[in-house]
Amino acid sequence: MTRKLNMRIWRGNSTDGSLKDVQVEANEGEVVLDVIHRVQATQMGDLAVRWNCKAGKCGSCSMEINGKPRLACMTQVSSFDEEETITVTPLRAFPVIKDLVTDVSFNYKKAMEIPAYAHPADLAPGEARMEQVDVERSQEFRKCIECFLCQDTCHVIRDHEENKKSFAGPRFFIRIAELDMHPLDTLRNRKHTAQEEHGLGMCNITKCCTEVCPEHIRITDNAIIPLKERVVDVKYDPIRWLGSKIGKREGIL
Amino acid sequence: MSTIERHQYDVIVIGAGGAGLRAAVEAREANLRVAIICKSLFGKAHTVMAEGGAAASMGNVNEKDNWQVHFRDTMRGGKFLNHFRMAELHAKESPDRIWELETWGALFDRTKEGKISQRNFGGHEYPRLAHVGDRTGLELIRTMQQKIVALQQEDGKKFGSMEANIKVFAELTVTEILKEDGKIAGVYGYWRESGEEVLFEAPAVIIATGGVGKTFKITSNSWEGTGDGHALALKAGANLVDMEFLQFHPTGMVWPPSVRGILVTESVRGEGGVLTNTLGERFMFKYIPDVFIDKYADNEAEADRWYLDQDNNRRPPELLPRDEVARAINSEVKAGRGTEHGGVFLDVSKRLSAEVIKKRLPSMWHQFYELAGVDITKEAMEVGPTCHRVMGGVEVEPDTAAAVGVPGLYAAGEVAGGMHGSNRLGGNSLSDLLVFGRRAGMGASEYAKSAKRVTVSEKAITEAAARAQAPFSRTGGENAYSLHAELQEITHNLVGIVRTGAELEEAIVKIADIRKRSANISVSGGREFNPGFHLAFDLDNMLLVAESTAKSAVLREESRGGHTRDDFPGMNNKWRQINHISSFDGDKVNIRAQALPAIPKELFDLFDIHELEKYLTADEVAKGGSN
Repeated sequence: MTRKLNMRIWRGNSTDGSLKDVQVEANEGEVVLDVIHRVQATQMGDLAVRWNCKAGKCGSCSMEINGKPRLACMTQVSSFDEEETITVTPLRAFPVIKDLVTDVSFNYKKAMEIPAYAHPADLAPGEARMEQVDVERSQEFRKCIECFLCQDTCHVIRDHEENKKSFAGPRFFIRIAELDMHPLDTLRNRKHTAQEEHGLGMCNITKCCTEVCPEHIRITDNAIIPLKERVVDVKYDPIRWLGSKIGKREGIL
Repeated sequence: MSTIERHQYDVIVIGAGGAGLRAAVEAREANLRVAIICKSLFGKAHTVMAEGGAAASMGNVNEKDNWQVHFRDTMRGGKFLNHFRMAELHAKESPDRIWELETWGALFDRTKEGKISQRNFGGHEYPRLAHVGDRTGLELIRTMQQKIVALQQEDGKKFGSMEANIKVFAELTVTEILKEDGKIAGVYGYWRESGEEVLFEAPAVIIATGGVGKTFKITSNSWEGTGDGHALALKAGANLVDMEFLQFHPTGMVWPPSVRGILVTESVRGEGGVLTNTLGERFMFKYIPDVFIDKYADNEAEADRWYLDQDNNRRPPELLPRDEVARAINSEVKAGRGTEHGGVFLDVSKRLSAEVIKKRLPSMWHQFYELAGVDITKEAMEVGPTCHRVMGGVEVEPDTAAAVGVPGLYAAGEVAGGMHGSNRLGGNSLSDLLVFGRRAGMGASEYAKSAKRVTVSEKAITEAAARAQAPFSRTGGENAYSLHAELQEITHNLVGIVRTGAELEEAIVKIADIRKRSANISVSGGREFNPGFHLAFDLDNMLLVAESTAKSAVLREESRGGHTRDDFPGMNNKWRQINHISSFDGDKVNIRAQALPAIPKELFDLFDIHELEKYLTADEVAKGGSN
């Protein structure tokens, strides 16, 4: 079943741009990315859009569809009313490069600031033994496809460019949580740096990130809140606070 | 001197999938300066789509497994057309490569003893695939991406700059590999974002660009699978080997049309999924070929028992190598026993509980639920063959991954040929890219350390620039999108899963015609992030690949693995001795036959002689190995 679809597509670059109206055919079962590709092939040969796997596994086609951060490859055209105009715009939290493509380098910079996994020095390859139940906690966060929709929707940076410097964002809180819960990781001050260096304290748990996650990772409940609880636990427990100062063993925090 | 952006490195890696990243880690650990160039953002490469796992004979689930068994399975799967040395290195080194990932932070699923869990897969005698649910590729990519960051952090502490020794150039397309005096001198390309051109100078280049799926209409590959590395290598004077062999994965989605071709992991069958036609027949029992008759169950009762007792029962035929299953599905559909959308049914809901399905096959559940409105815990999936993997690729020296004939050029991963013979076993790709990614990194590093640095000449730069700018110099020419669609129709109809000599001849003529017209492609819009402009280069690569495939396929008058000829239905042992070598003369692809290297005695002796008789000629069997 083919139907005519009304779309508004944001076209422009870092300095200027506007919504353009287009009419395009949509077939049964198609997703928003399909119709964008049809527009590209037939009406706007130079329409810029990122995509790769078209199966919700790579996190490339992130954009805002009717104002909501979504993956275009996982958004069915049939989820909108027949008469509804579908408006597609670039991610708002990041600078536009062209059309639907934004400069997401912020995220790659933050990734480089999170201290890497530290394997036990005395554990030879092949010797690791871990329980399935223990790896599953971190595996939930390793499902992340780095679509950066959580970063885009997070109000701490969405409309506050000035916060970007001191705030890593939900994607990197789950990275810290993943390493913190990793059964083998030996770096022990991760919660502390999450608070002091990556801006964990700026998050006020509105759960917007969890809502937009296409992998349904419970970002707030399973990563951010446990990190915050343990930070509070350590930071405001007088005995542990004293211990950390006397022994100068920040490593055990 | 031209004023374009210039960079100097020791080693350049083209491609940031598993093979490219593993190669980059190795070169950086050899204390060299490495550039990683990729067409997409860092971490988006097609490796993320690999679902089932990485094959390595760790013996964690069945201790009878070892490298010899893995080697035998790989050779059988490839119908003995594999380069024996690659299959040997791969089988021997895979376990170390998997364990190494664990030291970099990877978290594989576990056995009860806390070891890395291993699952069953088509063509593998024992449970062998290390996995993370059905998102193993993502785990590999992310682990290596994070390993690169770890190395950058080390460099940051040591040199004050995290990008001192290893830098990722994301969203950059390489348009050609440059040589001076017959040796590698660098690469030329452009930033996709700005369209600005870039020159990289380096004595060693590793191609790790992946596959060619976008040459075909129905494919599991993303837009990046346009055979760039295959074409870059050809143009740089390297050879491609056995480009007629393409793996059509038996189970791609078939409905709705927009998701046609998207992969349905073989793990569904590994976990007990059953294939049926519209008559309700479990049809795979009819398609067990003679060479596998003693390894696969010929009745449902035994096949079902195998899931509980693998020592005393033969495997279900759903787990035959992929070429066999794809051809079987194709035959069922052609015989009118397929679904209205041209597929067959794959059902795992009757064997596993909803909870187990969601745990073991989470992304399959998600994919069908979100994209097709099918709940696989309750109903069957509709599946059919999809172009998935090219076995053919750059001809390399197995130990170093050096491209034959071009000093300084290396290739690893899907873009390299030989390892998988005529058909790849599932799970052997992720281990392939780790084993040979590392070897390419080692080979290139060794070469770069002793090689004299060559400066790219002004003449070469001027010529490369002219070619990169050409699509903008024309107006009113051909549309790249339309030509791409035409090419996909031709390959789909004439070079697809079942081929004939006449159709292949027709394809060769038609591909040549598109190639001629593609010289006149013009592009609308500017140079900034312009997909039409990008496609013009991708298309040129796909055309060379398609030409190489069609010309190799028309010559091979037999059916083997990922090459099925309706007019030559059987496997012919004489053809097993032949590799088809593609080379490029600047105008067209030429094919010549080359003798396959003979299997040495110690590997020959790993097989039962009666099994070898099915694949080798009487003379070869009598000789008993090459030494």
